[in-house]
Amino acid sequence: MSTPVIGAAAAKPVANELPADYKRIYVWEFPVRLFHWVTALSIAMLCVTGFLIGHPLHAFYAAEAYQQYWFGWMRFVHFASAFVLVAVSLVRLYWAFRGNQYASWRNFIPLTGAQWKSIWELITVEVLQIKKYGRYHVGHNAMAAFSYFILFLAFLFQTVTGLALYSNMSDARLTHVFNWVVPLMGGDANVRFWHHAVLWIFVLFIIVHVYLVFYDDYVEGGGEMSAMVSGWKFKRDKRED
Amino acid sequence: MGQTIWQSMQQKGYSRREFLQFCSAAAVIAGLDKSSVGQVVSAFETQSRPAVVWMHFQECTCCSESFIRASHPTVIDVLFDVISLNYTETLMAASGFQAEKSLSDTIRDNKGKYIVLVEGSVPTAEDGVYCMIGGKSGESILQTVTADAAAVIAWGSCASNGCVQGAKPNPTSATPIHKLVDKPVINVPGCPPIADVMMGVVTHLLVLGQMPELDDIGRPKEFYGRRVHDTCYRRPNYDAGLFVEAWDDENARKGYCLYKMGCRGPVTYNACSVVKWNEGTSYPIQSGHGCIGCSEAGFWDNEPFYQHLPSFPGFGIESTADTIGATVGLVTLAGVAAHAVLTNVRKKSVIEEEHQDDQKE
Ligand code: SF4
Repeated sequence: MSTPVIGAAAAKPVANELPADYKRIYVWEFPVRLFHWVTALSIAMLCVTGFLIGHPLHAFYAAEAYQQYWFGWMRFVHFASAFVLVAVSLVRLYWAFRGNQYASWRNFIPLTGAQWKSIWELITVEVLQIKKYGRYHVGHNAMAAFSYFILFLAFLFQTVTGLALYSNMSDARLTHVFNWVVPLMGGDANVRFWHHAVLWIFVLFIIVHVYLVFYDDYVEGGGEMSAMVSGWKFKRDKRED
Repeated sequence: MGQTIWQSMQQKGYSRREFLQFCSAAAVIAGLDKSSVGQVVSAFETQSRPAVVWMHFQECTCCSESFIRASHPTVIDVLFDVISLNYTETLMAASGFQAEKSLSDTIRDNKGKYIVLVEGSVPTAEDGVYCMIGGKSGESILQTVTADAAAVIAWGSCASNGCVQGAKPNPTSATPIHKLVDKPVINVPGCPPIADVMMGVVTHLLVLGQMPELDDIGRPKEFYGRRVHDTCYRRPNYDAGLFVEAWDDENARKGYCLYKMGCRGPVTYNACSVVKWNEGTSYPIQSGHGCIGCSEAGFWDNEPFYQHLPSFPGFGIESTADTIGATVGLVTLAGVAAHAVLTNVRKKSVIEEEHQDDQKE
């Protein structure tokens, strides 16, 4: 047997002990999982340090400046996490063309009618909860995938504006690629302003994303959370009995 | 005309010694090393005095005021003696038709050789009626004057980026010079620019006869290549996270970093913390006031000045991106909570239905 079947042998249906056949599917390949967790960590770091850079805490006291360097470290962590994020994003971008069907870039941009239909269905079933049953999605559903695409655009914006701001402190060639952004946006002050404002997109995303993962597990029972660790998902087969 | 700089200095009574002093100072200001003083000397012995016209449009004359306070006495005196400042509305003795004639003569006699210094922005709305001189619009004067100029320098933020007249909503369509003139313009922003920086730029033009190296937006790199923040003496406090929290607190007295008081040093390119003002006496941050970023484009629109984050466009003075972000965040949390309640209601009925189905089978 190639796909392990779980619970097929249960004898008598009792409430809460229903027999069902599940198929095990390998959905999230290693690069995708790695990207997910590295991104999660670096975004968390970037949000916290980014917010603190905008609003320095009045938490550490020293008599003289040479005794501490916490704001400097804060900025260091911010810059380091940013470079990590850029690196894993490039890997993920490559994997969007190279990985399995669930990782493909096609998922993320709703170009087909089917994707839009699925988005509509999700709005009625999961968001507004007007309808009770929806289709089960093994990979990303069309709406989630689209939201990741928006998030990717936010990444891109933060990378470009962030590197543009960073370039005046650095001799590295890479950071000077985006120098043109500063005059375009009307000076460093504006770039910094928008870089800070877009931080909130990530905060909102985290709230909704974390909630929905719990929701998905809670309602669908698809093992969404463990899947991002193991890569496996379970799909309920049609029952044959 | 035709007189060399050295000849004109002799006429004014300068000694050879003073001339050499001037040459070395000019070389230093232009960023040359000691070995090239000889080059400067020979240039000043052979070059003719450049004709200069100083135009004033929408401005407050603070750039002129700053310029005449440059700290190196030899250099600034000589500059005023040496260059033939043939036209400047503020300082010239001539007036009326005489003044107009001086301008047109200069342009005619020095085709391709004179330097134009522009102070102020040019309003382009309604055919330029907001700034008329001698019955002509600022823009038409600018075009005539710059057409045959050897070099154009835009003094101050008005001429470089519009400054206060160009602030939203910019009723007169105040336009910086480089957008109107189709030849390279040296932008020397600041409200006003530092006197010694202005002197440095002019000296560079005189000594080397060429433009200083400019950055992407036309500012001389030697003075605008670094942020105020990078050369600020309070920077160690910034890195240590020691900030002034209120204007009159203990931290302010200790001279901590003014970042939280809205200091724009981190986003402002200028030489204030190096060159300083009033003969190197001080600069805003040294006096306990944050930088307001007066040499940056649109700095008036990044209000309020005493707050780190500017207010969010369209949401009133009090709301920064953070207050809006936090509000939207809370609304999202509330939405999520409501959705969770709804979900539980639905899940209950789903479970019941499934069980009924199973029981039926
Ligand atoms: S006072 Fe201003 S320029 Fe100086 S270190 Fe602080 S933020 Fe930077």
